[in-house]
Amino acid sequence: MIYRFTCIVCPLGCSIEVEMEDGKVKEVRGCTCPRGEEWAIQEVTNPKRVVMSVVPVEGGALPTVSVKTAEPVPKEKIPELMKFLAKLRLKAPVKVGETVAEWEGIKIVATRGA
Amino acid sequence: MFPRIPMLSYDVVVVGGGPAGMAAAIRAKELGLNVLLLDENDYLGGILPQCIHPGFGLHYYKEELTGPEFASRLAKRLVELGVEYRTAARVLEIRNYSDLEKVVIFTSPSGAYQAWAKAVIYAAGARERHAFEIGIVGDRVSGIYTAGEAQTLMDIYGIMPGKEIVIVGSGDVGLIMARRFALEGAKVKAVVELMPYPGGLARNVMILRDFDIPLYLGHKVVEVRGKGRVERVKVVRVDENLNEIPGSEFWIEADTLIISAGLVPSVKKLKALGVEIDSATGGPVVNDRLETSVPGIFVAGNSLLINDLVDYVAEQGELAVEGAKEFIENGGIESRKWVKVEKGENVRLIVPHYLSGDRDVYLYLRVARPMEDVELRIPEIGKRMKLPVVKPAEMLRIKLKAGEIRKAEKLTVEVVKA
Repeated sequence: MIYRFTCIVCPLGCSIEVEMEDGKVKEVRGCTCPRGEEWAIQEVTNPKRVVMSVVPVEGGALPTVSVKTAEPVPKEKIPELMKFLAKLRLKAPVKVGETVAEWEGIKIVATRGA
Repeated sequence: MFPRIPMLSYDVVVVGGGPAGMAAAIRAKELGLNVLLLDENDYLGGILPQCIHPGFGLHYYKEELTGPEFASRLAKRLVELGVEYRTAARVLEIRNYSDLEKVVIFTSPSGAYQAWAKAVIYAAGARERHAFEIGIVGDRVSGIYTAGEAQTLMDIYGIMPGKEIVIVGSGDVGLIMARRFALEGAKVKAVVELMPYPGGLARNVMILRDFDIPLYLGHKVVEVRGKGRVERVKVVRVDENLNEIPGSEFWIEADTLIISAGLVPSVKKLKALGVEIDSATGGPVVNDRLETSVPGIFVAGNSLLINDLVDYVAEQGELAVEGAKEFIENGGIESRKWVKVEKGENVRLIVPHYLSGDRDVYLYLRVARPMEDVELRIPEIGKRMKLPVVKPAEMLRIKLKAGEIRKAEKLTVEVVKA
């Protein structure tokens, strides 16, 4: 199995190929630096993303508060996290940077005040 | 002049409370100027409060923030300094009586006002190109939004605009909205891009793979059909000259069409003032203080040119107000022999247009087409900079020293094979 993508670690945007065999990385091609190689391997073996959404808030100037995860979340768990966020309801006041909830040990942080 | 309209008086009036305007107002206050900031929204921040994704502030704050976080930092500083600002304030007109006499006429919930100022910073941002502008025809149905409208609905008001989405344009805004829709459970059926390459940054193109979203390169949406609401859109393939290929049409069923076909600097009120406009940027022609062709009218942010980083937008706001201070103190920006900046090979647009040579400047430029292993050259002063990759999607920012500029009569910037 060969995965192909454009590296996003820096603006160079190298075209990287990661060759996998039996669930293990066999070879990484096209990287011009070790950071890119590390990123490419993580991207294939355990991709993670910071997730953002909005949560309804009562009594704020705007009807929602924007939130993000304090750390990247494994990609395959994102739909589950989104379902958790869809049920959240907050009450003003909420401050920017405040932890408004926690999901499987990951903090959900407000990025907009209310 | 307007006897029945209450009169206010300032050194500087800043039009627009987004990142450029807020940075300008903050800097104005820090420089000891009497400043008023006006914004037509109910809240400060411009579009930032709805840009809930990360990627903001790496240069300006040296850390990665979301849009609302970036905006709230600026707003906090603004309040700490006691900058006077008004939201829900709509600017009707800017008049230029003389170099040091401008008036900004605006309405607000408490009535109409005339704000007199010695200089005006215009930071009103940009508008989005809409469906008619890109030649989409068909039924007048609901369910057609610009990407920014959809973003406002979802990320400010918490309303989903639709369930089955087709997005026109693969620039960063289109890709980021594709992710938002997919995350919130809508089905993104296609991103349709006219050009043969994606318009956005690589890290945003990756979104399509994350959510298995089909990308149609070299295609365009030409027609929308539906009764009352969007039901289907017609897509057609284009050749290398962007002409439609007959017989290549197909339909995609969708209830929502999102137009993300680029931004245009908002310059209507500048045009009314007689400001000279650059057809390449869509924004005004400016000198290295970001002063327009009308003395004392300065411009910053996406009204100047479409930026890809908010950091540059804030930087331009500060630069414009530093120019305004000099203008006020000297009764004008001293007329001098301006060094003209010209576009050479593979340079689509460049700002500022005129350099004084008495200060270091940043040139902001975009190339016309992607190239690898290139050199940015300014032959008149023998400047050469190696660049591994250039793309139209990424704005380049180049610093020039005052001493370098002074050596030349004009400067031609070109991006050529190394």
